[in-house]
Amino acid sequence: MNTTPTHRTAPSSWRTLGAFMGKEVRHLLRDRQTLLILLLLPLAQLLLFGFAVRTDIRAVRVLVVAPEPDATTSALQDRFAHSGRFELLPTTSSIDSLDVLMRRGMVDVAVVLEPGLASALRSGGTPQVLVVADGSDPNTGTTMRTYATAVVRDWQQSLGAAPASARIEPRLRMRFNPTLESVNLFVPGLIALILTMVTSLMTAISLAREKERGTFELLLVSPLRPWQIIVGKVLPYLGLAMANVITVLLAARMVFDVPMRGSAVLLLSSATLFSLVGLALGVLIAAVTSSQLAAMLAALGGTMLPNVMLSGLIFPVASMPAPMQVVSHLVPARWFIEIARGIMLKGSGLELLWPPLTILAAMLLVLLTLAIRRTSPRLA
Amino acid sequence: MNRSDAGSTGPAIVAHELTRRFGDFTAVDAISFTVQSGEVFGFLGANGAGKTTAIRMFTGLLAPTSGSASVAGFDVATESDRVRERIGYMSQRFSLYEDLTVRENIRLYGGIYGLDAATIRERSDVMLAELDFTPSVTSLVRSLPLGWKQKLAFSVALLHQPVVVFLDEPTGGVDPITRRQFWEMIYRAAARGTTVFVTTHYLDEAEYCDRLSIMVDGRLAALGTPAALKREYDVPSLDDVFVRLVRGPVADAG
Repeated sequence: MNTTPTHRTAPSSWRTLGAFMGKEVRHLLRDRQTLLILLLLPLAQLLLFGFAVRTDIRAVRVLVVAPEPDATTSALQDRFAHSGRFELLPTTSSIDSLDVLMRRGMVDVAVVLEPGLASALRSGGTPQVLVVADGSDPNTGTTMRTYATAVVRDWQQSLGAAPASARIEPRLRMRFNPTLESVNLFVPGLIALILTMVTSLMTAISLAREKERGTFELLLVSPLRPWQIIVGKVLPYLGLAMANVITVLLAARMVFDVPMRGSAVLLLSSATLFSLVGLALGVLIAAVTSSQLAAMLAALGGTMLPNVMLSGLIFPVASMPAPMQVVSHLVPARWFIEIARGIMLKGSGLELLWPPLTILAAMLLVLLTLAIRRTSPRLA
Repeated sequence: MNRSDAGSTGPAIVAHELTRRFGDFTAVDAISFTVQSGEVFGFLGANGAGKTTAIRMFTGLLAPTSGSASVAGFDVATESDRVRERIGYMSQRFSLYEDLTVRENIRLYGGIYGLDAATIRERSDVMLAELDFTPSVTSLVRSLPLGWKQKLAFSVALLHQPVVVFLDEPTGGVDPITRRQFWEMIYRAAARGTTVFVTTHYLDEAEYCDRLSIMVDGRLAALGTPAALKREYDVPSLDDVFVRLVRGPVADAG
């Protein structure tokens, strides 16, 4: 074999790190199936969220119950028909069938008019209008009722009802998302979700696999330092995560016209920071679990679940019970979503977003310290 | 082979009252011994006798509770970084990456021990030639027969020319012919000056060691050359030595 003297200098840490990272990249590229899933799943999720999961409601089926149809009542029907949100059902004259129709889910909202409405108006009376909404899903029910009430109110005003002489009429406008597109709200949350999956879940599984197969011991016995093992594990997944963020942002823009009002560079930097938090968490999870399955479950329960449920992604933080609001402060995605929504929808910059960014940086520091400690061979 | 440090003169491994406790349980109980450079040192014991715990301390995976040990001239507790650069390790569990090719595995291990690409290529060519390695280096390790995997794992552990190589039950589950070849590889490594520290279950293999130690319940029960041990216990085979030590003298009264 080699007969020249072996000069033992400490191995160059960059060469060592490079060799280890190269191996991680090969693992990722070799498992084509997983790689393909990791690249396409985010896009599928975006389309799913964008098309299917909507909190703004369209095609509300509205039934106008008019005992005495005339020009006045058909004006109301016209308004519903042209509002863009409603699907007008054939007007009936009796309230009798309403209960059955609603139970069968054929009617979402009913507007019930009084008999003698037109004459009551002419004589200066205030006729009653009943708006009934299907409240089996309270959020949707409330939203539908609000939409319907707005149409009815416009119609009343056009009829000259309630001629209060000096009325202050509030004009409402929703800022940052004037058309209330729910996809605008979901995209930042979706990015958080995807990043959590690619970072925490994938690193936890990949490290746990090494522990399970015994290759981790070999790494610990080698001159690799714990920080090199962590950095080498984490960087390839960070690359993948960034590829996902960019594809999702581009697709969101092209398919759903989701705005990017602030700096894309700031958003990508924040996404990098958030990813690093997720990666450190993944390493930590793998360090304290001993099998791939346990690591996967811990990553799902410990990162995915809180990042979905407690981050404001689905349920607004403000409407959580007080203890849950406190817990939500510990959820990294809560801060990232705040940052991402701020940048994308409000065009906020560093001057407004430094507090959540600082919190994420602090989380990273703590998690990384713990992760390096737990990966140190002496404690393994 | 000319080594620029630790090796030719000093002992390769020194254990002094080396102890490891896990709570109330003493896995390794004040063991002391010295392994000379270039020796093939067998480390025997029943399951749970403390062999793996001892190896984990020598390789820097576990800190000693008390006592001390040095490997390649460096203290395992305080200079573990320098120890790690000088040792090779092959664990009980097969530990090459199955989803990487033979060449990729060689490059990885060469790389993490700081070898440059040219050195890795040069040494792996020699290594594969010596192994008479017939499968392609671009085949995935997963596709190799177990015997090849084991021999390859051992060669990879020697790629950075360690002062000491630790083999933890390297021949588990391989056929007799491969075991034979494996021991030829061990001798070759020792002849080049690498100290081989090997644990095994197979007592016929223990005969191949220059010296061997037998651990019973965390203590070092016997230490010597195979011939000396048989003489000492006045039995014809190492099997008998082992049985007598592990079961105690009563079982062997007749």
